[in-house]
Amino acid sequence: MRSSYDSSVATVGAVLWRQVAPICLAYALVGISFGAITVSAGIPGWVAPAMSAAVFAGSAQFAAIGIVMGGGGLVAAILAGLVINARMLAYGIAVADATGRHRWHRFFGAHLITDVNTALVLGVSDPCRRRRLFWGAGGLIFVCWNMAVLAGVMLGDHLGDVHALGLDAVLPTILLALVADALHGARVRAAVGAGALASLVGLAVLPPGWPVLASLLGCVVLVWPCRRPGWQGQP
Amino acid sequence: MSWLWLIAAIALGTYLFRLIGPLAGARWQPGTALAELSEIAPVVLLVSVALVATLSGEESRGVSIDAARIAGVAVGAGLAWRGQTMVMIVVGAAATAALLRLCGA
Repeated sequence: MRSSYDSSVATVGAVLWRQVAPICLAYALVGISFGAITVSAGIPGWVAPAMSAAVFAGSAQFAAIGIVMGGGGLVAAILAGLVINARMLAYGIAVADATGRHRWHRFFGAHLITDVNTALVLGVSDPCRRRRLFWGAGGLIFVCWNMAVLAGVMLGDHLGDVHALGLDAVLPTILLALVADALHGARVRAAVGAGALASLVGLAVLPPGWPVLASLLGCVVLVWPCRRPGWQGQP
Repeated sequence: MSWLWLIAAIALGTYLFRLIGPLAGARWQPGTALAELSEIAPVVLLVSVALVATLSGEESRGVSIDAARIAGVAVGAGLAWRGQTMVMIVVGAAATAALLRLCGA
């Protein structure tokens, strides 16, 4: 699977403009709806912007607010948010080098780790390109997300039904499109397939957040030895 | 006050999850097997995030089949497979789900 232009040779600026800008637009619409939903639910106006800047993870923010508003309680909301974001641990290990070489770059860069810039950096081997993609995409998404949530808080009840726009179909699609190039090699595909199966089973029986973590069980297939010596399953 | 606790607890925990890799990566070089795992685990998680987001709804647990959402994701994934640009993929997925909802699906 290849994009119509080869993103592995395009300049970092071109990737940010042609791939990340449309993603930012979609995330901005979701951010506006997040801000608007919290205000409509009677939550103080500072909560959504503060949460978006400090947590900076959309699905955990929606889940935590949803649980509190549904009467699930503070502790349940905190636990759900943490379980949903636990995947960031695996992302952080994978993109550690892309956050930078200096200690302070790593401290700041860590906060910018998202699904999107992790997926963008995954297939890239050049260290400089990895850093620029990680910081460029992470920074753009951070600015767009927080400005959008602020706008949503100000719009509040005046916003129409965002659900009608089909954004809930866009977010999963974006991740699938970004990760497509990484799905090469039998070992990756076996792990992804087994992980998807574990998530499906988890979805039926586990609380929010856990089905995604259950997918890591799929990595068990990696204990099977490579069929040919020296063959790592990666092109 | 409880909002502050909610934000502080999730923000602190999330930041620590994010920080462990970048801090450890500065001094720790994994062996071959662990290096492979650290490359593949994010791919497995990302596909799972997409799958779970496609198949779950407002309810706290259980599978939720929303025909418009599933069709939108399928069309978007198809466009990605055909090598379309991100704009086309995003618009295709949103338009499919929105049109089906307009038609009452």
